[in-house]
Amino acid sequence: MIVSIASGKGGTGKTSIAVNIAVSLGRDVQLLDCDVEEPNAHLLIHPKIIREEQIYSLVPSINENLCDHCGKCAEFCSYNAIFVTPKEVLVFKELCHGCGGCILVCPKGAITEGKHKIGKLSLGYADGIEIVYGELEVGEPMATPLIREVKRHIDKSKNVILDAPPGASCPMIETVKNSDFCILVTEPTPFGLHDLKVAVQVLEDMKIPLGVVVNRAGIGDKKVYEYCRKKDIPILLEIPYQRRIAELYSRGVPFSLEMPDWRGKFKTLFNEVRVLAGK
Amino acid sequence: MRVCVSATANSLDAPVDPRFGRCPYFIIVDLETMRFEAVPNMASGAIGGAGIQAAQIVASKGVKVVITGNVGPNAFQALSAAGIKIVTGAYGTVREAIEKYKRGELREISSPTVGGHFGMGMGRGRGLRRWW
Repeated sequence: MIVSIASGKGGTGKTSIAVNIAVSLGRDVQLLDCDVEEPNAHLLIHPKIIREEQIYSLVPSINENLCDHCGKCAEFCSYNAIFVTPKEVLVFKELCHGCGGCILVCPKGAITEGKHKIGKLSLGYADGIEIVYGELEVGEPMATPLIREVKRHIDKSKNVILDAPPGASCPMIETVKNSDFCILVTEPTPFGLHDLKVAVQVLEDMKIPLGVVVNRAGIGDKKVYEYCRKKDIPILLEIPYQRRIAELYSRGVPFSLEMPDWRGKFKTLFNEVRVLAGK
Repeated sequence: MRVCVSATANSLDAPVDPRFGRCPYFIIVDLETMRFEAVPNMASGAIGGAGIQAAQIVASKGVKVVITGNVGPNAFQALSAAGIKIVTGAYGTVREAIEKYKRGELREISSPTVGGHFGMGMGRGRGLRRWW
């Protein structure tokens, strides 16, 4: 089963919950940190890294000796990544989506595939947990190609947990796509609720079953609960606003390791997700 | 010599649009005869690279100087590669901007005047920014 953990609002506790589920399950678990712009699951899991890969996207490489500046490549490019003057061709690599179309339309065969480094992938283990995470190169505007690369390591024979980036735009969508269930982590405040509603809308459009975990329960107001009741969204777990939990997080410790009652609660949460996802 | 002014509508009396990449029209004017062509800017709706697409449109029309309000980093790089001079700080109508240019009152720039996506709402929930 593939479970993604998203939120809407950032900082609600996605990684904390993803890590605590992984640690509570203990074995046959894969944790994929898809927040490639700032991966942090490895800061709580402390894996032994066994492999690192440099990840590249394909960008056009122009052979100016063969090019006659006809401009067909620029005309074709839907992303405006190519600009042609009578003297030279400029490639704006950050805009290129790697479709390869320019290579096909060039009448002179002047374009070949070049490599553009977009980030790094790391693979490791912490006891029975396999962790894979990506780190996007500084200044690189598109996270989705690297997220796709991380997800290529999904091992369907295991329980797969995908830690999504915050927000409800392309990187989050790429992460939650094709997951069997999505857990939305929220905080019971107006900001939390506002962004939760956006995330719910995205998941409903994508037809992914969902449930909510309320983190820092006890602060704010009751509107998140009223919203979930009205929309018939199951509230799978509440984690209270407790200093000890925050302290352990700040020390890089998944709190269920030091507060063993929570291990059972996270195991129960995962089993309930299994039932709701029909798995 | 042909110059291009970024405009909000398709005539010489249209107000200048300060955004190069996302203006609705390019008014291409022959400075000697003041005959003009109003070219709709197909780049204005682009999600990304609007400045690049706009530069390609303008370069294909044999323009030597772009007269506008602001130019971002991609448009600047593209227009410079095409050997097109860029003059910013234009305001008023297209006709008035050209007169100012002829009198040498507008400055040619050597670097972009704004960051990318300046002509959009910037995703901060403030709506599309308009100067009027």
